[in-house]
This record gives sequence, structure tokens and C-alpha cells, in this order.
Amino acid sequence: MTDLTTGLWGLLFQGVWVTVQLTVLGAALGAFVAFVVGVARTNRLWIVRFLSGLYMEIFRGTSALVLMFWVFFVLPVAFGWQLVPMWAAVLSLGLTYGAYGSEIVRGALASVPPAQREAGIALNLTPWQRLRKIVLPQAWPGMIPPANNLLIELLKGTALVSVLGVGDIAFGASLVRNALGDSAPVYTIILVMYFVIAFVLTRGMRALERQAKANLGQAPERSGLFGKGRRSATSAAASIGGK
Amino acid sequence: MSAENTTPNDHANPAVDGSELIRFDKVTKRFGDNVVLDNLCFDVASGKHVTLIGPSGSGKTTILRLLMTLVKPDEGTIKVAGDYLTHEEKGGRLVPAGERHVREVRKSIGMVFQQFNLFPNMKVLRNITEAPVHVLGMGKDEAEERARELLELVGLTDQMDKHPSQLSGGQQQRVAIARALAMRPQVLLLDEVTSALDPELVAGVLDVLRDIAHTTDITMLCVTHEMGFARDISDDVLMFDEGRVIESGAPEKIFSEPEHDRTREFLSAVL
Repeated sequence: MTDLTTGLWGLLFQGVWVTVQLTVLGAALGAFVAFVVGVARTNRLWIVRFLSGLYMEIFRGTSALVLMFWVFFVLPVAFGWQLVPMWAAVLSLGLTYGAYGSEIVRGALASVPPAQREAGIALNLTPWQRLRKIVLPQAWPGMIPPANNLLIELLKGTALVSVLGVGDIAFGASLVRNALGDSAPVYTIILVMYFVIAFVLTRGMRALERQAKANLGQAPERSGLFGKGRRSATSAAASIGGK
Repeated sequence: MSAENTTPNDHANPAVDGSELIRFDKVTKRFGDNVVLDNLCFDVASGKHVTLIGPSGSGKTTILRLLMTLVKPDEGTIKVAGDYLTHEEKGGRLVPAGERHVREVRKSIGMVFQQFNLFPNMKVLRNITEAPVHVLGMGKDEAEERARELLELVGLTDQMDKHPSQLSGGQQQRVAIARALAMRPQVLLLDEVTSALDPELVAGVLDVLRDIAHTTDITMLCVTHEMGFARDISDDVLMFDEGRVIESGAPEKIFSEPEHDRTREFLSAVL
């Protein structure tokens, strides 16, 4: 560890910045794709359901790494335009993780009781208003924990981009390893770096979940390391009256 | 108000005089092989309060759900205020109605559900103002003003900043009644609105409904097992069995001297 010069640390921290960018941009595109595809899969028109299902199957069933190669190496040949590696990576990650995420969105939408939709019909809301004002806000808290898993998967998935020569953490680490001729210190360092980023993301998602549940008038459950959520009245009552 | 089935009975369908607000014409509804409504014809005149009684599975709730367009009839037509609810006329032919037509006719109908179905993602006040603002295009201030009046009517002005989950069942149902009234419906459908409530909360909800029945000219269709309430508010009672109206008439007559054996059996079981 003491052999790491400031310059080598700099490489790693540049890598952290690139990984964070990839994660944030990939998640933004992925979330957009997940919502569009997930909602489309509940559409009443079969063709919309079919096409969105097809998208989900194709992008879930292909590898993000191969897709990345495809976007970077095949697209220029086929269509004559070349994406910079960073954007090829974001596109591949966003489209792939969006396909996974669409299943989270679809499942959460399906978990909202049909009676809520019926109440919306009884108030003569349009299908779009029912989705936006009733179903999505109620489905949202249930999407957050699985979306958190997916977000961390995405964070770790960004390491794939080093094969395109994008200077993320993993890429920086391989340069540092070559400079030092020693693997142990640098891989231990980046292990911690990934963990810290993942931990920060998880804390953020927990805050989001607390907020979302409070909007439904629910107290969040206490869980996880350093969780600040209070135990809800119902679970407290259950633990007293239960057993 | 009158009822008629494929089997003729004493209540012949009156000539169309334009006063009926709701008209079921030969409506059949099946769920799989189960015929829930069998060639049903009946009318409800504007301003009347009609109670549907009968054993469970006799099709009472299905009538309300058909009127609210939560389910579609397999055969027959339903008219509300002279317009087809589930169909529209195109080139002289009746075709299944599009979303826009349905919404236009449906705006005169409101419904209160057995399980309240308040929106948990909105506080009490917004549960009531949401549809007036976004469906009727009412200004936010006006909608809130009116919501406060309605909350006063149901006795819950002090609860408007709470989440539905913080209210008792009875309070939630009173909010649901206010929410339905906020849309100024001509017809209010009440689907077993006290069945999910603890016994001590039933009276409060029924008092609110009695108040509405006696002070407004809203037409009410009510499915209930509260026979005392039915007797209080109803102009007419329809007795259903196996998807048909087997007997109908004023509540005094149905409850005191029913003609049909089936009605007698049912009433002795529930009273």
C-alpha cells in the first residue's frame, strides 16, 4: 500500500468519478426504459404488450457485455456512426438494466389492488390519470427495494466498460497493478471503493423509501445498518401481541 | 319504477315517459357458465331511492358494477338519462362505446364501495378534491371549499389533513361518501357500504346516508343487508333471486306482506 504514489491514487479516484457517472447515467436511462416498458406491459392493446414483452425478453436475455461490444463495434459498420466509448457503455447498461427494471415496475403495478383502479373509474378519471395519480404513486414504494438491488448490480456491472477502454475504477486498477507489479493492495482498495459507493447508494434508496412510505401514511420498518426508521405501530403491536 | 322479467309479473314495464333516469333493457351478464343476470329489465325514475335485496350471488352488486362500467354486459343495453351507457349509435347501429362516450355518460354516476377504496397516497382533503379538479376542471380553491362543506356534512372537518389509514372504517366510509358527492352525481350507487364496518360504526354511516337521501334529489341505488335502513330511505325495493327481479314494490309492502315465498324466506333469514 505504501508503494502507491499520489499519481496512482489519482488514477483510482478518476476511476471512481467515471464509475459514478456511468452508474448515474445508466440508472437514469435504465429507470426511464423500465417505466416505459413496465407500464407498456400492462397496456390494454395486445400489440403494445407484445412489443414491450419482446424488448424485455431480448435485452434481458442478452449479455450487457456483448451488447456493449455490439454497440461499439457493430453499429459503426452497420449504420456508419460511432459512439464514444462512454456513451456506448451508458446505452448498453441502460437498455439492459432497464429491461430488468421493467419487471420490477410491472410487478409493482400489478400489486396495487384492482379496487383502486375501480375507485378511479367511479370518479371518471382517464386511464392516464388513474395510472399517474393513483396506481403509480401506490406502486412506487414497492419498487424501491428491488430497484436498489438492481442499482448495485448496475454499479458493479459498470466494471464491464473497462474492456472498451473507459477509465473506470476497474480500468484504473489494472493500470495501477501493472505499475506496481502487485495485485493485492490495489484490488483490496477498489473492493472498499465499490463497497463505499454501494453503501451510499443504499442509504439514499432507504431515504427514498421512507419518504415514499410516509406519503402513503405508512411508517417505515426498521432495517439495515444504522437504519433510522422507527418500528411501525402495527409491527410493534404484533411483536407484543404475537407468538 | 317497475321491474319486468322474461316471466311476466304484476309490474309491467311502463311506457317510456322520459322520467326514468336508468333503464336496463334485457341485460344478461355471465361469469363463465354462471348466469348472474338473466335478461333483466328495470327502470329507475329520477330522484327515487331504490334498494336491491336478495341472497348473495343473486346479481345485486353486478347491477351496480354494470352501471359504474366496472363490468360490461354480455347482452342487452343500459341507458342513463336517455343515453346508452355501454353502447353508442354510429350510422344507425349500436356499437360498443368508446372510452370518450363512456366517460361522458358516466359522469352522472357516483359510487361508494364496500371497502371504501380511498386513495392511500392522498390525504383526506385531496381524496375529495382530486377528481373535481382533474375531471371537472374545477379550480383548486373552489374544490377545497366544497370538500370542506362535504366533510362538514359527514362530520369529519377535523380529519382532513390525515391519511386515510389513520381513520377508522366508519370515518373512511364517510370520506368516501363525500368524495363521491364532490363529483355532483345524479345517481349514487351504494354497494354494501356498511358490510365491512364494525357494528358500532354502522349507525354513523347510515345517518349520513339518511341525511343525503332526505335532503337531496340524488337518485340512489342501494345494495344493503341493513333492512331497517332500506325501509327508511327506499321508495322501492327490488327482491332479486338468481339474476331476476322476483318481486318489487314499496318497502312497507315487501317487508310486511311479501307475495313471493322466496322473499319471505329471505326476509325471515335476515331480519
